[in-house]
Amino acid sequence: MQLKKAFRVLQRHFTVYTKLYKSSIALNFVEPALYLSALGLGLGAFVKEIDGLPYIKFIAPGIIASSSMFAATYECTYGTYVRMVFQKTFDAILATPVNIDDLIAGELMWGATKSMFYGAIIMVVISLFGLVDSPAILLIVPLLFISGLIFAEISILSVAIVPGIDSFNYFYTLFMTPMFLFSGIFFPLSTLPPVIAKIAFFTPLYHLVNACRAFALGKPSGVEWDILWLLVAVTILSPYPFRLMRRRIIK
Amino acid sequence: MPIVSAKGLTKDYGSLRAVDTIDFEIVKGEFFGFLGPNGAGKTTVMGIIYCFMPPTSGDVKVFGMDVRIQPGHIKARIGVMPQDDNLDPDLTVLENLVVYARYFDIPRKTSLPRALELLDFVELREKAGVNIRNLSGGMKRRLLLARALINNPELLILDEPTTGFDPHSRHAVWDKLGHLKASDTTLILTTHYMEEAERLCDRVAIMDSGRIVTIDSPSDLTRTYGGNLEDVYLRLTGRPLAA
Repeated sequence: MQLKKAFRVLQRHFTVYTKLYKSSIALNFVEPALYLSALGLGLGAFVKEIDGLPYIKFIAPGIIASSSMFAATYECTYGTYVRMVFQKTFDAILATPVNIDDLIAGELMWGATKSMFYGAIIMVVISLFGLVDSPAILLIVPLLFISGLIFAEISILSVAIVPGIDSFNYFYTLFMTPMFLFSGIFFPLSTLPPVIAKIAFFTPLYHLVNACRAFALGKPSGVEWDILWLLVAVTILSPYPFRLMRRRIIK
Repeated sequence: MPIVSAKGLTKDYGSLRAVDTIDFEIVKGEFFGFLGPNGAGKTTVMGIIYCFMPPTSGDVKVFGMDVRIQPGHIKARIGVMPQDDNLDPDLTVLENLVVYARYFDIPRKTSLPRALELLDFVELREKAGVNIRNLSGGMKRRLLLARALINNPELLILDEPTTGFDPHSRHAVWDKLGHLKASDTTLILTTHYMEEAERLCDRVAIMDSGRIVTIDSPSDLTRTYGGNLEDVYLRLTGRPLAA
């Protein structure tokens, strides 16, 4: 894999994005805004406090994590699939000096970049609304790139194995939505049977939410284990998107 | 040294043998055609030459380099006009060329004038700012040809370049290809149009069920077997070319 060639792919996506972002960007922000207002304010009126925090302040950092996650997964499931199958963009690119590994690396890097960018915007927004206590939240930005890579890797793996675009429904319903709901964004997992917390430990979102909340509160002790978990996961997963996509594309 | 050489080239897709132990050599400046009906293995041979997929067995060298070992170096010197429309639908006509040039590490200050020159060549200059979705089928094919030339390729691969064209557009593309041949580019074409092969190619390989039945110039083939290339195909394979 050559980084420069992968960057060419990333550049293509960026060029397209700068043309189309006006129509897509809103969708990515409407959802977090809805969660914050409906749950933070609506449900928050009843919940009052969790771990000594007003409810909206409890969930706000987690919304950075979930927005960032969905930015990467939408891009690297539907986006990648459409480029590969419907637009045949991959075929066009593979006829140039860019090879399949460069191409997949470009897809992953783009997913991670978008993930970081969308998470960072939510970070700015919730900070402006006074939902963040500490400037340590800025440390989350590079971590969002790492977690973005993980979500991109998982998404590309699903692209490599789905028979058709409708199959992503399974990916979202059976994997993404449960991970989103049971990641500790909306309530502490300690309220649930311990087995749920044990399962959550094996999902990347749980660790990203922990890190976001810790940095937002300026209480980062213990967060190094979450960061380590994310670093280990991104590394362990890294060969598989390449391997499976090679198998899918190269006949 | 030949531009492309294949020895014992075989390609299997699972249990299906798409290309069966074929040999050929294409020399510099030659216009070489692969002729045969759909499913004869033409597109597979093209895909192997431009390093899209590896051969199952056999040796294929392009510019003297093995397709399995140096695909990046080979692809840098090749232009491919694919059978399918794989233009970037999110970009304009001009952007399609400039973005494509980036994959070859051609900087914008070089690619932009080159792109405009190519749009003149394929008569799409006035469409430069138009979205791909608003082009007719024939215009898309011409843009694919322009895109294939963005890196000044020494070898141009044309997979069914005029399939689905009306006669007028077909002749327009033939004229363009004639210009390229005159400029010493090596060209490889697949087609199931006899007239196209007869008009353009110096030599043709006649393919049937993954094999090359014969390789010769169109004029020698028609002299040896009589009639036109269509009759030659029928004589050699025992079936008509019409797919």
